[in-house]
Amino acid sequence: MTRFVLRRTVQALAVLLIVSIVVFALMHVLPGGPARAILGPRATEAAIAAFNQANGFDLPLPEQYLRWLTNALHGDLGFSYKRNEAVASLLRQTVPRTLLLVGLGTLIAVVLAIPIGLIQGVRRNRPVDHVLTTITFTLYSMPAFWLGLLLVDIFAVRLGWLPPEAPSGGPLQMLSNPAGLVLPLLTLSLVTIASFSRYVRASTVEQLEQDYVRTARAKGLETGGVVRHHVLRNALSPVVTLLGLSLPWILGGSLVVEAVFNFPGTGFLFWNAAQGQDYPVMLGVVLVVGIGTVLGSLLADLGYALLDPRVRDQLSTT
Amino acid sequence: MNTRTRDAGRAFASNRLAVIGLVTLVLIAVFCFIGPLLWRTEQVRTSLGDTFLPPGTGHPLGTDDLGRDVLGRLMLGGQISLIVGISAAVIATTIGALYGSIAGYAGGAVDSVMMRVVDAVISIPTLFLILFMAALVAPTVGALILAVALTSWLVPARLVRGEALTLRNLDFVSMVKVMGGGSTRAVTRHVLPNTVSTLVVNATFQIADAILIIATLSFLGLGPRPPAASWGGVLSNGLQYEYSGYWWLIYPAGIAIIITVVAINLVGDGLRDALSPRSAR
Repeated sequence: MTRFVLRRTVQALAVLLIVSIVVFALMHVLPGGPARAILGPRATEAAIAAFNQANGFDLPLPEQYLRWLTNALHGDLGFSYKRNEAVASLLRQTVPRTLLLVGLGTLIAVVLAIPIGLIQGVRRNRPVDHVLTTITFTLYSMPAFWLGLLLVDIFAVRLGWLPPEAPSGGPLQMLSNPAGLVLPLLTLSLVTIASFSRYVRASTVEQLEQDYVRTARAKGLETGGVVRHHVLRNALSPVVTLLGLSLPWILGGSLVVEAVFNFPGTGFLFWNAAQGQDYPVMLGVVLVVGIGTVLGSLLADLGYALLDPRVRDQLSTT
Repeated sequence: MNTRTRDAGRAFASNRLAVIGLVTLVLIAVFCFIGPLLWRTEQVRTSLGDTFLPPGTGHPLGTDDLGRDVLGRLMLGGQISLIVGISAAVIATTIGALYGSIAGYAGGAVDSVMMRVVDAVISIPTLFLILFMAALVAPTVGALILAVALTSWLVPARLVRGEALTLRNLDFVSMVKVMGGGSTRAVTRHVLPNTVSTLVVNATFQIADAILIIATLSFLGLGPRPPAASWGGVLSNGLQYEYSGYWWLIYPAGIAIIITVVAINLVGDGLRDALSPRSAR
């Protein structure tokens, strides 16, 4: 197990290094490079040259990369001239809120997707399965922003039960105003449930066809017992991997939800930066989101290995 | 047509949902590409006397904020959505297939490095990367196709690489070298053709994803610019008037997207089941 943990961690570090190179490369594909992006399209050549010299952008690329990486490791992710604030400080304000949204949204989605997928798998091709499959398939094929606006239309505009916008303030303040969190969380988790329950269903169907299920049935166990004692654990361990793999996708969904509900998180920050071409902020967000995803999938893989010894052995030999 | 293709075709044809999906797709394509020939509408010039007309005679789905016929606009929008979706999927699949087969066939250190690059790029959420690119360049239709393609080649690359790893050790591929053929020949003639079914299934789902992504980009204000119409553009234009009760600006476009994406996903599921008989769903 130690060997597996080590291997997987080294691999994650390598990926992190490449993520940093990708972000650094993005900084240099900007039209006119970082100076043009910060000083704007009307800056003179002389101003750009002065800026490049002052900020070390005239150094050879590898040296620039090392400098940039060192700064990033010390928490210096650049400065947003548009907002007149350090990128790191903007991230410190928004990341906790996004973590709240993504964490709670994913938790709700997992808690609901597991029973839905199990019921679908056990009652495969029965009316219940058809109804649930139709609902999840439609949700899965729906643009997330449209779903969010539909929910706003129903629950905020027509019924007036819930506020149409997310609460402001830090995560704790947000939690003290739970009504405002309901619609953003509902939107994010509905989309996620749609994708997760399909996997749980497939995984359950696969497990139900295994020999051990037939043996358990032959011993006289009823379907309910078989599912509770045998199928559940085996069908659920892939969900842990799925969580890790879906993280980029969930974060993308969170950006859309944040845009729909004016939720002041990292996705919202990124969206505003994209509209105002505030590149230092965009690069900082991409870097942090990339790091978060790599660490998330590392945790998911380690968790999966803990749950399933077969995977552990297989992974440490390949 | 060889036996395998015929068997797959038969399996697909016996899958009721997949056939419904395919028929729906054909109908949508006819609606978008042949529809405008039969239902001629003015989509370039605006007529400000006819704005926000509710559905009725002359305009079955009403008119929008510039007095353009919504039904005609949906046909044009569908053209862009379908073209962008299909082109992006084809380009992404081509890049991914080449990248993945090279990595898998080479194996060893080359494979490790190439796949870690995929791991790294895949950990940056697609939507963030596409928004970044859309902010960089003017969002023309061509630029959007490229942006979507450049972020969606990663999954086919992983899939093909996995298959190439297995294939390169099979006799009919490893013998290519023995018989004096180069790596290029082994990859293009033997590895890639054997990954076609995986690629076709994946490409189908990618068309669906691309249509959703383009719609999302329109909503976020970075989609194709007018006068180019896309379903997402029609929808997000209508959303500005969400509280004014002009439902015909929101629901038809949204439903068009959902029906198309559902149909594509049904076809994708059908193809997957037909091409790999053992896959349990």
